[in-house]
Amino acid sequence: MKFTLDWLKEHLETTASAEEIGKALTMIGLEVEGIESQGKALEAFVTAHVVSAEQHPNADKLRVCKVDAGTGELIDVVCGAPNARTGLKSVFAFPGTYIPGKDMTIGKGNIRGQVSNGMLCSNAELELSEDHDGIIELPEDAPIGMKYVDYAGMDGVVFDISITPNRGDATGVYGVARDLAAFGLGTLKSTDFSPVASKGKSPIAPLPHQFSADEPKAIRKFAGRYLKGIKNGPSPDWLQQRLRAVGLRPINTVVDITNLVSLGWGRPLHAYDADKVEGQMVLRNARGEAFDALDNKVYTLDETMTVIADDKGPLCLGGIMGGIRSGVTDETTNVFMECASWDPDLIAQSGRKTGIVSDARYRLERSVDPALTEPGMELATRLVLELCGGEPMEPATSGEDVFPDTVVEFPLSEVKRLTGLDVSADRIADILSRLGFAMDGTGPMRSVKVPSWRPDVTQKADLVEEVMRMVGVDNVPVEPLPRLTHVAPRMLTTIQNRRRIARRALAARGLDEAVTWSFISHEDATRFGGGSEDRQLANAIASDMTDMRPSLLPGLIAGARRNANRGFADVALFEVGQIFLSDQPEGQHTYASGVRTGTATLNGAGRHWSGKAEAVGVWDAKADLAAVLDALGVDIEKVQVLPEPASWSHPGRGGRIALGPKVTLGWFGELHPALSAELDIEGPVAAFEIDLDAIPEPRKKPTRTKPALDLSPFQPVSRDFAFVMDRGVSAASILKAARGADKALIKDVGIFDVFEGSHVGEGKKSVAIEVILQPKDKTLTDEEIDKVSAAVVAAVTKTTGGELRK
Amino acid sequence: MSLEAQIETLRSELSAAIAAADNEAALDAVRVGALGKKGSVSALLATLGSMAPEERKSAGPAINGLKNEIAGLIETRSGGLKAAALEARLAAETVDVTLPLKPAPTARGRIHPISQTIDEITAIFSDMGFSIAEGPDIETDYFNFTALNFPEGHPAREMHDTFFMKPGPDGVKKVLRTHTSPVQVRVMQKTNEKPAAPYITPAMDPPIRVVMPGRTYRNDSDQTHTPMFHQVEGLVIDKSSHIGQLRWVLEEFLKAFFEVPSVTLRFRPSFFPFTEPSMEVDVQCDRSGSEVKIGEGNDWLEILGCGMVHPNVIRNAGLDPDVYQGFAWGIGIDRIAMLKYGMPDLRAFFDADQRWLDHYGFRPLDLPTLFGGLSS
Repeated sequence: MKFTLDWLKEHLETTASAEEIGKALTMIGLEVEGIESQGKALEAFVTAHVVSAEQHPNADKLRVCKVDAGTGELIDVVCGAPNARTGLKSVFAFPGTYIPGKDMTIGKGNIRGQVSNGMLCSNAELELSEDHDGIIELPEDAPIGMKYVDYAGMDGVVFDISITPNRGDATGVYGVARDLAAFGLGTLKSTDFSPVASKGKSPIAPLPHQFSADEPKAIRKFAGRYLKGIKNGPSPDWLQQRLRAVGLRPINTVVDITNLVSLGWGRPLHAYDADKVEGQMVLRNARGEAFDALDNKVYTLDETMTVIADDKGPLCLGGIMGGIRSGVTDETTNVFMECASWDPDLIAQSGRKTGIVSDARYRLERSVDPALTEPGMELATRLVLELCGGEPMEPATSGEDVFPDTVVEFPLSEVKRLTGLDVSADRIADILSRLGFAMDGTGPMRSVKVPSWRPDVTQKADLVEEVMRMVGVDNVPVEPLPRLTHVAPRMLTTIQNRRRIARRALAARGLDEAVTWSFISHEDATRFGGGSEDRQLANAIASDMTDMRPSLLPGLIAGARRNANRGFADVALFEVGQIFLSDQPEGQHTYASGVRTGTATLNGAGRHWSGKAEAVGVWDAKADLAAVLDALGVDIEKVQVLPEPASWSHPGRGGRIALGPKVTLGWFGELHPALSAELDIEGPVAAFEIDLDAIPEPRKKPTRTKPALDLSPFQPVSRDFAFVMDRGVSAASILKAARGADKALIKDVGIFDVFEGSHVGEGKKSVAIEVILQPKDKTLTDEEIDKVSAAVVAAVTKTTGGELRK
Repeated sequence: MSLEAQIETLRSELSAAIAAADNEAALDAVRVGALGKKGSVSALLATLGSMAPEERKSAGPAINGLKNEIAGLIETRSGGLKAAALEARLAAETVDVTLPLKPAPTARGRIHPISQTIDEITAIFSDMGFSIAEGPDIETDYFNFTALNFPEGHPAREMHDTFFMKPGPDGVKKVLRTHTSPVQVRVMQKTNEKPAAPYITPAMDPPIRVVMPGRTYRNDSDQTHTPMFHQVEGLVIDKSSHIGQLRWVLEEFLKAFFEVPSVTLRFRPSFFPFTEPSMEVDVQCDRSGSEVKIGEGNDWLEILGCGMVHPNVIRNAGLDPDVYQGFAWGIGIDRIAMLKYGMPDLRAFFDADQRWLDHYGFRPLDLPTLFGGLSS
């Protein structure tokens, strides 16, 4: 909210400087967002004298002027304004001046063959009014070369403060002054709210409230006043200047008065041209009517919105915005002033539904002092009579205001309990009474009556805040939080720690950690197994951010694509983040997923003298996944690698990692070529996904002691075997069979060669394994070794259907 | 030929042959030819047996002298040849050590600044005895607003630019959490039910000290706002914690986080529905240069919101606000990361631009700890 220092001083008797006031406002919770000189944007404009103005030789509508701007030289300026004439005093902008109304900086130029070094300005160009019919006309006695803001008295200080949603009472300058006075920065000046004597019966009767019992009813009390025979028109300079200073456009006196009261006292008003009202004015809810509002837009009003209507329909959307039909104009002679009290929640609801942002809604949804309804109407009446003349008719008032009349039982010790601050009982009492709270009692427990303008204060903690903001939070002594009396227990749970480890493990494998959006396009969500309605946003910010991601891969692949488009096709990216299998808490899992593109393998991308660049593939994905599982302490020997590719995977180059029949730990593979094409990414993409939440918690061990280390004194023995078998036989089954041949002696089995080719037969492959035997209590004899070897051959040939290569 | 002449001839022939042998094999052939069973020197030695004792007396030492001399020459020559062979091998094996390596994986991979910042925050608060608590991103309207004392229809709700979920099968109104504060309620609110998922922190009994980092969402986008961002919430609940201690916690945290000897904070009364009294906190900084410097200067920068947990929130969580009290605060993780590390544009955080990640990211083993320093 903006107001000027002058305006504040209308309500606050103070000698404080703008700087002191600004500091105080911030410290009492009315945060200053800016303190500016009112004419800051217009500093560069000067008063000037048009010494001569002659017809432009090449353009009918232009004049060539010689301008004296106080520099001692005459400046050539081409001007298109019809009122640019010899002898005129006006406002001039030198070349290099920013013209706010045109959003441009004026330069030196040549207009149709005539030099032009600056600009004579209209009010619109200075954003002072809508008037762009001609350049500004200053009185003949205006000085030359003076800053226009100084000449026009626009050198005042403008405060811009931000009002928190609980402080409806501070949405007017008067309320701000009340807070400052309580803080000790001056004395609040009273306003004359006394009733204005009436000159007769009101032609508009008190408005009937036409609501059924079960309808939402936004109106509480409606105070109206018919003012007869007024003379409207532009408001006096002081009023126009005051409104302009805070960014409001003056309209006419009556409308300007409603704005003055709204901004000055936080008490929104509305004015109707009484002669445009047809039939009876009533209060009722809308019936789906279209409504032409003062912002020149048409709104459809529904049954939850209270309107002021006549026989023809809504005149005003109550508490939010008036209508064009009964709007007050310069020609209005009979005006009906409204000052009404509304239900804040219903105003907020109607405001949200229509999307109308207005000064009235802003205040009324934060709640306006119910004690100001009739006084506000009297104040408006007095102002209109003063500035427009006319005769006031009897007030037309209906309905009842709602006063919460809150009384808080307040133990004074509460201040110390919540803030740690020592404040004496007298000081607390003084602060609260300055803020308008009435305190009863003398002991440690007091009864505090909350003033009508502070409905936000309902309990003890609220009163503590009132005391604290007046004492100053900076005066609260800093006190260390007591340290724990023991070594802190672990800060991270197993799941939280896993994410951290997974990140570091993947980064250590040369992948960059990305953080991508939690929401992706519906198409991408559907491609990766998501897209259900419960995972969609009702109000997405963009069409490619509509669905909660079912996988981290779409975001990573999109990231890789953006990098490729910038000329970096070799990318290794991973993310550790949440994915959504449903809208339920248990549907959220944390995945660690990654992609490698181009030649971004573990060994690094690109060509190198040490070897050629290999394209990424399924083995990179599998290795990344295994590295993470290993880093997380998962026994790789115990997980199953199954040839069951993910839906996004190349069907023959991808697999699933499982732990038993129920638990899937992740997937790895190359992206399906068809999907690559759809996602517009070139070349192979190696990808993996790990469901970190699926990894079981480690078993609670009774002891941290590791099992005893059993080292054999005998050398291990190694034997090689090669088998020919069908191409489809899995390596896992070979290894399992070989290992099972003699569990006591066989320590390890490795595959050291795999090849296919015509010499091993069509649809066949050769697999060579190395079996390592570890004797435990004696050196093995040749017979014993031959026996184990025979068992290995028998087990492998039986399981695989292959045969030993001779 | 006299024996002397024979010895002299052999000596000169064999010396020449030894000198001429340019490899071990040739040298060995000379050795066999001279000293082997049928070698020339051996043959000469064999003649000793048939000599008269007188003759042998003088011939013996002469022939043995030759034998020893030749054996010595061969040994010397052999040593020279071995050294030369090694020399040649070493020369042949010489490489250009200035050839560049491929960078190691650990030199290429990077940790995102957000993760690094969360790890830094974690390190600091672990020292103060806090633990990490978490809740879901898709929250019920109840946890995100109602339990946090946001009345239905209150303008404060609207200030949050909430993302709403389309209705799901259970008919419960859901939103993307607009702040990490719902986790506060989840942590405080005692129930008999197990958390719905293993990542959700179960409710705990006071005294409570938790920090709650996570993703948050608001329907807002411009240079300084993205529809997704990160917050860390802090919560202390016990029977005595007050604003004086809140000030201490925040001062100590910011000092440790920004790694400066002191910070000056300005607490301004403000409004949040879930705290009372509520405050916003500005940190003193220097904005005169191209970067913002915390801990010096004459400017203020708004950095966080905080307050005493609202009695209604404590009550909503099933605790008695006349017995239990405490404070909470919320900080933008992205924002303090931008400030600390001088990253100008928030939107770049979520773009996965490899150049940005390589520049602003952290090495995999730069793990922030209090004992090793938050940043090196």
